[in-house]
Amino acid sequence: MVGWGIVRGLGVTLKHFLATYVEDFRWFVERISGRSGGRYFNPEALPARQGPKARGIFTIQYPEEKLPVPEEFRFLPFLLVDVDEQGNRHDRCTSCGICAKVCPPQCIWIVRSNDPNTGRPIPEPTEFYIDIDICMNCGLCAEYCPFDAIKMDHEYELASYDRMHHHIFNKERLSKPTSYYASIRPRNYAAEEAARAAKEAAKAARPEGA
Amino acid sequence: MSEATLTAAPDVEQLLPGVAAPDTRPGYGGYIVPADRLLEFARRLRDRLGYDYLSSVTAVDYLPDGKMEVVYHAYRTTGGAALVLKTQVPREDAVVPSLVDVYPGVEFQEREAWDLFGVRFTGHPDLRRILMWEGFAGHPMRKDWREAYYEEEGKPYKNRWPDGQVYRIEDKVPFQDNLTFPQGFDPDRWEPETDTALYAGLARVDGGGNGKGIETDQIVVNLGPQHPSTHGVFRLVLSLDGETIVDLKPVMGYLHRNHEKIGERNTFLMNMPFTDRLDYFCSMGNNFGYALAVEKLMGIRPPERAEYIRVIMAELTRIQNHMATIGFLLNDLGAFFTPVIYAFGERELILDVFEAVSGSRMMCNYFRFGGLARDLPPGVLDTIRDLVNERLPRRVDEVDAYLTHNEIVRTRGIGVGVLPRHRAIALSTSGPVLRASGVAYDVRKAEPYGIYDRFDFDIAVRYNGDIYDRYLLRIDEMRQSLRILQQAVRDIPEGPIQTGKPQYQVRVPAGESYGRVENPKGELGYYLVSTGKPNPWRYHVRSPSFINLTALAEMCRGYKVADVVATLGSIDIVLGEVDR
Repeated sequence: MVGWGIVRGLGVTLKHFLATYVEDFRWFVERISGRSGGRYFNPEALPARQGPKARGIFTIQYPEEKLPVPEEFRFLPFLLVDVDEQGNRHDRCTSCGICAKVCPPQCIWIVRSNDPNTGRPIPEPTEFYIDIDICMNCGLCAEYCPFDAIKMDHEYELASYDRMHHHIFNKERLSKPTSYYASIRPRNYAAEEAARAAKEAAKAARPEGA
Repeated sequence: MSEATLTAAPDVEQLLPGVAAPDTRPGYGGYIVPADRLLEFARRLRDRLGYDYLSSVTAVDYLPDGKMEVVYHAYRTTGGAALVLKTQVPREDAVVPSLVDVYPGVEFQEREAWDLFGVRFTGHPDLRRILMWEGFAGHPMRKDWREAYYEEEGKPYKNRWPDGQVYRIEDKVPFQDNLTFPQGFDPDRWEPETDTALYAGLARVDGGGNGKGIETDQIVVNLGPQHPSTHGVFRLVLSLDGETIVDLKPVMGYLHRNHEKIGERNTFLMNMPFTDRLDYFCSMGNNFGYALAVEKLMGIRPPERAEYIRVIMAELTRIQNHMATIGFLLNDLGAFFTPVIYAFGERELILDVFEAVSGSRMMCNYFRFGGLARDLPPGVLDTIRDLVNERLPRRVDEVDAYLTHNEIVRTRGIGVGVLPRHRAIALSTSGPVLRASGVAYDVRKAEPYGIYDRFDFDIAVRYNGDIYDRYLLRIDEMRQSLRILQQAVRDIPEGPIQTGKPQYQVRVPAGESYGRVENPKGELGYYLVSTGKPNPWRYHVRSPSFINLTALAEMCRGYKVADVVATLGSIDIVLGEVDR
């Protein structure tokens, strides 16, 4: 029969349409009975709205609602600074330049410091710049840094009115404490600390002079 | 032809005695044929040895030797490895006979080689620039051509470290001073000639009238570049007789950024994130092809677990791409956005997996040479299992029930945009376009890469070659992908995900390699030439969207204007890959 295919197809649309109401009604009952905070504007409900078992309305009311980003999410690099109990800051970066060499669009540039007395290079860069307009968020710098000194950030809302020089981030703008890193990537941080501790232990166990 | 003759080593040297000489450079393969015998040789290759499918044509500029080499990759549609043909000509006077008469599918690829390398193909019917603009000076892929913001021959640039002397290019290059023009070029007096040439190249009908006693006029219509149905910045020039299409020419290059030139400045590893930007729907698949090409040169294979993860990612990519394609095809047929939104809902869930694994939804940059960037985070494999065993099969069935029997889809699709079997092969189409025309050719079966030979799946084939079959084929293919995925998530072992230590500067031995994968849009190939230096000497992308467009004019002739939109939608192009 002509038109039967369309009717069947509209049946699918109707199913989708009704599913939103069924879900809303179910969550509404849960909310008024105090068992949950409701389907919308409730971070706990997000997995039920977007996930392999999701039903009903799929969309998120950004920016009022935000989806949590996974741990591996990467957006713009930042530099790690160890802060001890006295508040002394120590850059992890040793200005070895691997990040600048591996960067595909070449958006990182570094000025290495030299000891004024000996003229030999010392760790900790004098200047460290990233042009965030050129950065392609590939994460290769973080992946190949041998000192875990540069990592990818989770902060993605960086719109600004300026489009030129404010987008060249200097060392001060890029530096963030290690505790921040531990908070956004707890699993990676724990694994790196464990690896470092194991390395230290192996070094300590090695006999003197070996 | 019997099975034995097909699998036996091709008797290429006997084809035309004394013509084809094996390429003996270390790391190279294939045969070198002199340019004056090329046409004759190619014809015999096709007719006597059954190499009916010429997949890729490109040029390589060997500047130190003063040579320009044109490289052809020919295949049999019955499967098997490539036969690589090369012809060498002096680079100052690069003239090669066009193979359009033998393999019509080379038309756009030869135009590209002319545009970017300045290789003149004699006998080509329409040898104009294809990607660069018509007033452009020089041929940018030649090794001695330098771009406006030229810094150095290869990355990493020396001024980034340790002295950090970098400036914004915008500060150094005053406006209007960053382009080179041909000698004697005056922008005020310039009149674009190419459109005249473009319009002149369109086929015309003699006299008025459509044969039914109605007087019709022949008119030329420009569809695009800014048109919602072209899926990006893409232009079609139609020659119409009434409302019937007489001829059609695609015009592209609006999104051209010379990906290949950038790729030759980059180191091998730096190219990995750049491949994401080709077909931005399928970055995992793009990564796969490039990793294969480099791994072939390096002679390494990834460990078992990495192979499984690669297959899982590539097949998830195929499902999300086909979902989106079907949605957009329905948009082109006039179903305003409801199918797209349903498809995108499922696509989001797959992109969530990519984000959790690689850190980015679309620009995944996940594959590395000999492995992967990182292992699957905890919990992701369970999400994938839920998706491929529970949700996605139901959703594919839902799309099927929703659209397959829809009378409008059937009326607009059946018998429209037909590409017959022999023309699909001759025009070098690949992927769903080729298979919907009745050619069971899938790189995963024809020349298995990775661990595809271990999975039990079928090649989806449809036989009518029209829009409706291309739609049905994508549904079939999603089901086959789900079969592969279900086996992969069942069998995936534990273990390392990287062969050797991850290195930021890989050592790639000198030689050439061609890595190809069955990407959702067709056969994606990477042709690499390494000289043993950190940067590739040649980096070419055989992009399926671009080459499938060669068949567009043939599919559209004789149909109506509205069918062009639907036919283009059924080819499934993405402009990031067409223009590169």
